[in-house]
Amino acid sequence: MSERSLTPTETVVLNMGPQHPSTHGVLRLQLTLDGEVVTDCQPVIGYLHRGIEKIGEARTYPQILPYTDRLDYLSSASNNLAYLQAVEKLMGVEVPERAKYLRVILLEFNRIASHLMFVASFANDLAATTMFLYCLREREPIMDLFEMWTGARLTQSGMRVGGLAWDLPDGFIEKTRDYLKLLPPRLAEYDRLLSGNRIFRVRTEGVGILPPEEAIDYGCSGPTLRGSGVSYDVRRAEPYEVYDQLDFDVIAFPACDCMARYQVRMDEMRQSLRIIEQCLDRLPDGEVIAKVPRTIRPPAGEAYGRVESPRGDFGCWVVSDGGPQPARVRFRAPSFFHLAALPRMLRGWKIGDVVAILGSIDTVLGEVDR
Amino acid sequence: MSVGVYQSLMTWWLARGWFGWIAEAIWMVLMAAIVTVFIMVTVLVLVWLERKISGDIQSRVGPNRVGGRFGPLQTAADALKLLMKEDTIPEGADRAVFILAPFVVFVPTLLVFMVVPFSDKWIVKDLNLGVLFVVAVSAFPTIGLIMAGWASNNKYAIVGSLRAAAQSLSYEIPLLMAMVCVVVAAGSLRIGDIVGAQQGGHWFILRFPLQLAFLIYFITSMAEVNRVPFDLPEAESELVAGYHVEYSGMRFAFFFLAEFAHLFFVSAFCVTLFFGAWEGPWLPPVVWFLIKSYALVIAIMWIRWTVPRLRIDQIMSFAWKLLVPMGLAAVMLTALVRG
Repeated sequence: MSERSLTPTETVVLNMGPQHPSTHGVLRLQLTLDGEVVTDCQPVIGYLHRGIEKIGEARTYPQILPYTDRLDYLSSASNNLAYLQAVEKLMGVEVPERAKYLRVILLEFNRIASHLMFVASFANDLAATTMFLYCLREREPIMDLFEMWTGARLTQSGMRVGGLAWDLPDGFIEKTRDYLKLLPPRLAEYDRLLSGNRIFRVRTEGVGILPPEEAIDYGCSGPTLRGSGVSYDVRRAEPYEVYDQLDFDVIAFPACDCMARYQVRMDEMRQSLRIIEQCLDRLPDGEVIAKVPRTIRPPAGEAYGRVESPRGDFGCWVVSDGGPQPARVRFRAPSFFHLAALPRMLRGWKIGDVVAILGSIDTVLGEVDR
Repeated sequence: MSVGVYQSLMTWWLARGWFGWIAEAIWMVLMAAIVTVFIMVTVLVLVWLERKISGDIQSRVGPNRVGGRFGPLQTAADALKLLMKEDTIPEGADRAVFILAPFVVFVPTLLVFMVVPFSDKWIVKDLNLGVLFVVAVSAFPTIGLIMAGWASNNKYAIVGSLRAAAQSLSYEIPLLMAMVCVVVAAGSLRIGDIVGAQQGGHWFILRFPLQLAFLIYFITSMAEVNRVPFDLPEAESELVAGYHVEYSGMRFAFFFLAEFAHLFFVSAFCVTLFFGAWEGPWLPPVVWFLIKSYALVIAIMWIRWTVPRLRIDQIMSFAWKLLVPMGLAAVMLTALVRG
């Protein structure tokens, strides 16, 4: 309440969520409102807690894999890989070259699908419902490709310790090449319909500023960090699989606002297409899975796997006591850190901006609550 | 509706020496019934149309099961569903106000159809202050929205209704100015005179400064009917449903009905003010009137499914910093050129 106001007014606490169309799952935001203006925000999490880390302690190593799909359900390949990297480090398994390329294809397709979902829901939060359906339309062929390859559309579990469960099915490469031709004009269409739209721009430009220093302090990563102008990407900083041999740009926009975070993801989709194309061109022949024992019993020790998921720096820490089940599995979920930065970004903005800013950090509650 | 029929019936009635006001009352009830039925049917068609158009724009199919290939009975089925739904009144709600609010919103939107000239003879009552009547009556639903938001005892609803109040008050001013332009050009507040002044293809949209008035009218009317990009009072992704968040079943249907009826009204009135009302070649006047109105409705729907939503402060500054000065300029220009 400003001191100059003549009529005494009170702030109101508004519970946004856990059942709200724009909280992307079951997030609850306790907003303190002064009229339309948000003076404070308290994210309340835990509505999707399933105890996946604890369940991990009572499952064998291959059994944990499908659980990791359910963390960040929009990018299950990244979760799979972070976990498998840790296990493979413990076991000292060397993944075959072909499997590495195939993993990258899977990851990048997953990134495109996830970013499309981001653009869809972000646009939907700003009431551009048509964009929502356009993006889902473009996401559909990717889901079909996943289904063709792994049998599942969302929670693929396509990877295994030491490589992949299946080699590419017949006709996959042709369909992929078709898709690589399909998407760029569609992205250009999105730019015409949404990115350049005057209303979209006034809603996103300069809204939800997160300065680069604070983004780093909060532990932000991925497009949220790169939207604050920090050019940091795990794929470049700590290359895994074959990312060090691939040619791609790390996209960063210095504006620090919702628009920058949106643009990062739009451009990352184009980069992912580049990566997939290179992988298809260079795809070597050979096995898709290394020789691993039937029962996986890594020697006692601990290891950390780290990938660049569509949401950011996704990590998995596995402790083995030498048995068939891990002693501890622990995940680092990027959305959790972004949610911590959310109150900082929301303060002083209006209710309409809450959904825009929350949408722009693209949280998935599955990985926050675990 | 038809003036000729009305007069001959009245003559017949009065010839029998019966009270004139009874005939008047019966006639009015009959007219009200016809208008209500017309609006109900129109709303059913509009909802279906909106779904089909949005489906088309979004590369979907839209309704395609109920009542045939194009789902013509989809909205009728939905209306039936709403009728049969449980009617809930939230605890802590102001019951009387809560129950009254949908009707306060619905009745004025029905009333304004009284002065809509569907054809050269079909106008319920050609009031000599027709435009003023429209302005006065269509300001009424705002009260209903505030009542709904207040009575619901829900924070989303109250925010939605306050937004509705702020928005309709701000946008009524440029809307009024756009209408004043037409009134100045026509030299009368009577709808019949406004239509008459456009006879022979001299539609106001074709006359110089009134294009500006049309532009203002078109934008503000979208705000008046709470459609994207001006749908803040209900802003689904922010306020869930805004002022009608607590309403269910038939009470919700009344808000819905009022919204679509109002949508049709602003288009029909726009046609009346700028597009020569029912005038057109070959086809009967009423067909022309409906064709023009539906074309405008489709244009509004098209915009609704294309653009995102503005923010409350942006909406207000748009109204006060752009539309109001534009409206003033339009009024002055019209007065100079046409006055």
